[in-house]
Amino acid sequence: MSEIILESRSINKSFHDPVTVKILNDINFKVNKGEFVSVVGKSGCGKSTLLYILSTMDTDYEGELLIDNIKMTGKTEAELAHVRNEKIGFVFQFHYLLNEFSALKNVMLPGLKLGKHSEQEVEHRAMELMKKLSIDKLALKDANQLSGGEKQRVAIARALINDPDIIMGDEPTGNLDKKNSEIVFDILKQLTIEFKQTMLIVTHDPEFAGKTQRVIEMEDGRIIRQ
Amino acid sequence: MNLRLIVSIAKSLLLARLKQTIVAAVGVTFSITMFVTLLGFMTGLNTMLDSLILNRTPHVRLFNDIKPLEVQPIDASGKFKGAYNFISSIKSGAGRKEIYNSGAIIQRINEDDRVLGLAPRINAPVFFNDGAIEITASINGIDVVEEMRLFHFNEYVTTGNPIDLKNVSNSIVLGKALAEKLLANIGDVVQLTTSQGERFPLKVVGYFESGLLDFDKTQAYASIGTVQKLLGKDKSYVTDLQVKLNDILLAPAVAKEYAILFQTDTEDIQTANSQFETGSRVRSIISYTVGITLLVVAGFGIYNILNMMIFEKMETIAILKATGFSGNDVKRIFMTIAMTIGVVGGLAGLLFGFLLSSLIDQIPFNTAALPTITTYPINYNIAYYIIGVTFALITTYFAGFFPARKAGKVDPVIIIRGK
Repeated sequence: MSEIILESRSINKSFHDPVTVKILNDINFKVNKGEFVSVVGKSGCGKSTLLYILSTMDTDYEGELLIDNIKMTGKTEAELAHVRNEKIGFVFQFHYLLNEFSALKNVMLPGLKLGKHSEQEVEHRAMELMKKLSIDKLALKDANQLSGGEKQRVAIARALINDPDIIMGDEPTGNLDKKNSEIVFDILKQLTIEFKQTMLIVTHDPEFAGKTQRVIEMEDGRIIRQ
Repeated sequence: MNLRLIVSIAKSLLLARLKQTIVAAVGVTFSITMFVTLLGFMTGLNTMLDSLILNRTPHVRLFNDIKPLEVQPIDASGKFKGAYNFISSIKSGAGRKEIYNSGAIIQRINEDDRVLGLAPRINAPVFFNDGAIEITASINGIDVVEEMRLFHFNEYVTTGNPIDLKNVSNSIVLGKALAEKLLANIGDVVQLTTSQGERFPLKVVGYFESGLLDFDKTQAYASIGTVQKLLGKDKSYVTDLQVKLNDILLAPAVAKEYAILFQTDTEDIQTANSQFETGSRVRSIISYTVGITLLVVAGFGIYNILNMMIFEKMETIAILKATGFSGNDVKRIFMTIAMTIGVVGGLAGLLFGFLLSSLIDQIPFNTAALPTITTYPINYNIAYYIIGVTFALITTYFAGFFPARKAGKVDPVIIIRGK
């Protein structure tokens, strides 16, 4: 029996403006440790909304969310921020690096926030990660000097800095050309194999999804296949 | 650790928007500069104008006023009890103007530890004889050393050495305007006649300029001994005792106490010069109002710039929150930005305020009315600097508080989805 990292128990969500529209309808699923899961579905099926709930950023839902068997539902904003910091790594579609900082500092920030290691250690870890993703040459460049593929790799390094329980991605390859998409996918794949890193990736790219271990398919706010 | 991280993030955000930051800080700097300069200048002027009067006014003055008896003999007599008294034109008694038993009173007052010092004085009306013309004036017999120590007498003697009054026998210091009327130069001898008709020659050793022209036209100073001689009185004759206290605020109470204790008339400085205090207070209120208005305006500047910065940095805020910074952390980052602007702008404001004050202090300011003043007066009281920087911090705190709270409440989902 493998360990459950993420569990969604009958999660429902509706938008109320201007009329009530149900976005998510009774979502139930579990993600085991080390799994590489992709969530696919047409645009507007609610897969991104689900990801934001699972990532604890959106708290306006019904049902229960458990990460590492700890109930997230009902926690305060500050507690959830800590959970995101420690247990979740994010990779977004539009890179979302902080342009005010160098690539290295971008990777370091969540580690510094967690404060588990000294600044030197965090910097050392960040450099190791960047080496592994072969972006160590870019460390001292400003975030806005990097190309799309480079940014996404920096974002992956940032997601990994605190050894998270799970990495969540929202269309991490959506904005990249084929070559870069492949590089990013290979990195993610390698992470699951080498480090047993759990992945939950939302994508509308069937090719990407097809290469993952497990596919959760959504339609109109429901899971139709998992 | 966390604080250091927040400060370093705030620093990066500030530096990324250096121009805006500088504009906001310059707003604070300008207002603090003006605040400090305005208050320094205003209170400098206030102090100068007040000291024109207050420096040479005793805190408590003891004297014997000429006035009719409060209880007339006819009222005291039992014979006319119940009768109506209609005697008019009652004269004041031929009381002496001198303070009785002055030696003992002086000794007693000098022993009082609330008292900084005491200067006896004789005030007598005299006529100056200038050929056929007689000019009415009054001569003040003063204890030169005490008068210089307590009432800045030396500051008002613009020509000649005041101590000569003591060292040169039968000498006099004339009001500048009076001396001009008499055409009396230093070293000249002027003739004066006392109210008893005695005529005396006195040697002019200096001119006196008080800043009040009317005063200078009618006043002259001589040593207390000279005036006693002039009036034919003995060594204990004094008409006024001028007391300077350590704390000016005690004056009314001390005046009352002495009136009873020494059986003389007394007057305190607050009663004698109440209008000066009112004037100073109104001027101070105006300067504070203007200064604080400037600071509030600067506060709105910071508020605007921070608000703008938050709109620009929505993505940054969202990503910080997504990677584990709580709303409070984000709030602290923006508060740090606001306070940095406040502190840097405020300190620069203090520096520029000091420089501007010093500059004003160098501007020549010559007026016939104020002989001792050569440049515009500035008060460098540290209190204004402290008030200024405190207010700057308070305004920036509030100017930063609301935008920072807004930043703390930014919902990362809306920003990240919205792209």
